[in-house]
Amino acid sequence: MQALTNKAQAVNRKPMTFWERLYLINIIKGMMITFSHMFKKQPTIRYPEEKREFSPVFRGLHVLNRDEEGRERCTACGLCAVACPAEAITMEAAERVEGEENLYREEKYAAKYEINMLRCIFCGLCEDACPKDAIYLSETFAPANFTRKGFIYGKPDLLIPNPKTEAEAFAEAKGVEA
Amino acid sequence: MTILALDWALMIEKLIMIAIIVLASLGIALYTTFAERKVAAILQDRPGPSRAGPFGLLQPLADGLKLIMKEEIIPNAANKWLFILGPGLAMTASLMTCAVIPWGSAIDVFGRHIELQIADVNIGILYVFAVVSMGVYGIMIGGWASNNKFSLMSALRAASQAISYELAMGLALIALLMTTGSLSLKTIVEQQVSGNWWNIVYQPLGFLIFFITAMAECNRTPFDLPEAENELNFGYHQEYSSMKLGFYLFAEYINMIMSSAIMASMYFGGYDLPFFNEASVSPNIAAMIGVGTLLIKIVLFIFLFMWIRWTIPRFRYDQLMGLGWKTLIPLALFNMLVTGAVILANQ
Repeated sequence: MQALTNKAQAVNRKPMTFWERLYLINIIKGMMITFSHMFKKQPTIRYPEEKREFSPVFRGLHVLNRDEEGRERCTACGLCAVACPAEAITMEAAERVEGEENLYREEKYAAKYEINMLRCIFCGLCEDACPKDAIYLSETFAPANFTRKGFIYGKPDLLIPNPKTEAEAFAEAKGVEA
Repeated sequence: MTILALDWALMIEKLIMIAIIVLASLGIALYTTFAERKVAAILQDRPGPSRAGPFGLLQPLADGLKLIMKEEIIPNAANKWLFILGPGLAMTASLMTCAVIPWGSAIDVFGRHIELQIADVNIGILYVFAVVSMGVYGIMIGGWASNNKFSLMSALRAASQAISYELAMGLALIALLMTTGSLSLKTIVEQQVSGNWWNIVYQPLGFLIFFITAMAECNRTPFDLPEAENELNFGYHQEYSSMKLGFYLFAEYINMIMSSAIMASMYFGGYDLPFFNEASVSPNIAAMIGVGTLLIKIVLFIFLFMWIRWTIPRFRYDQLMGLGWKTLIPLALFNMLVTGAVILANQ
């Protein structure tokens, strides 16, 4: 049979020589290996002070987007809920009334929008499905929680800060992408 | 009133010295535990303890505090007296060794000539042997009093290991004593200080045997079968908690320091700093340099112990016994014969 790699080696069954049986040389060789590790770069990330950077394509916690004037983009069309393979998204639609034009971009908006983070598989299909660029996945992950209920994220948890009133928080939440 | 005839100044001097040496070896042992964790970490590409204080330097204090605060548990089925005696004995035996180690030459303070050694006994090495053998009792009594089969098994292992390796250790030492002609550690060190080569030059094989057996006596890793975390569930101190456990762990590190000191004294010139003329500076400074030199040698030996521990795995029990009885003892006998022959030929 042809070998798949060139790493295969026949087992050496030769009896050990005197020097090999002494083991001292091998122990010293081993000690040299451990000694050389003293000068190697440590891959440790000292967590709370240092954080590992996520890859730019990381799919984390969802964010409900606003437009430049701070209006919610979501129209509660339900395409994200349909696209979701884990059925994690539910929403209730409502009609915009007179005087709410500065809050909602379109005539219809999501009165309730919930994502169950325990069901969510962070596939990003909701992001792809959304025709209004209203939902996208950010670069953080869902923090731990004490109850199952705590993992059902509602609109207050998901909505991005208003770019008009809280420009700094908006920029931070928006991140490098999107 | 014969008691008043004692040299009280000498008594006080010795008491102060005992206090300093005991406290110093406790402090060094404290930081040896820290060094152990740091060395292990660095050899494995990790940073090691770094949270408590700058560079994690307060970690040993945190560990000690944790051990003291833990609940003291004495198992129901344990023999209470022996259970308490065990760790105490282990600790005492390991601290007693330091009595005969010459830490430096001598200093002159307040018009007194003070030898930097607690007791210059003319049978120093025999004393060390006797005390080291007592250390086994700490382990044996602790393991037996716990009334736990794993503890008992590891105590048995420890006892048989200690007996097997003490033989080879003694034989390796006899060869050394043949060349030095004295059992006093002070005399042995002074011979090396006064111009002669260090004893390692005359006894390389003897040193190797002594080093291996010392590692076995300290229950350090290739020979840590009495502890064998993954086979015997932590071994003889499995039932111990709080500071009694701390004493056992501490005794191990003190043993390590003491055997390093003895090896440095017997084979590596003790407080002798090579290529340095002690007469060129005042005796006090020379003595201090000597103490520093000995401490550096001890630290190097401790590093060697740790380096070996984090490099090679534990022996199997039959391999351990095979190495002790079939390799080290014949080798030590051979070393003794060769030394004797060379001495005879030079006469």
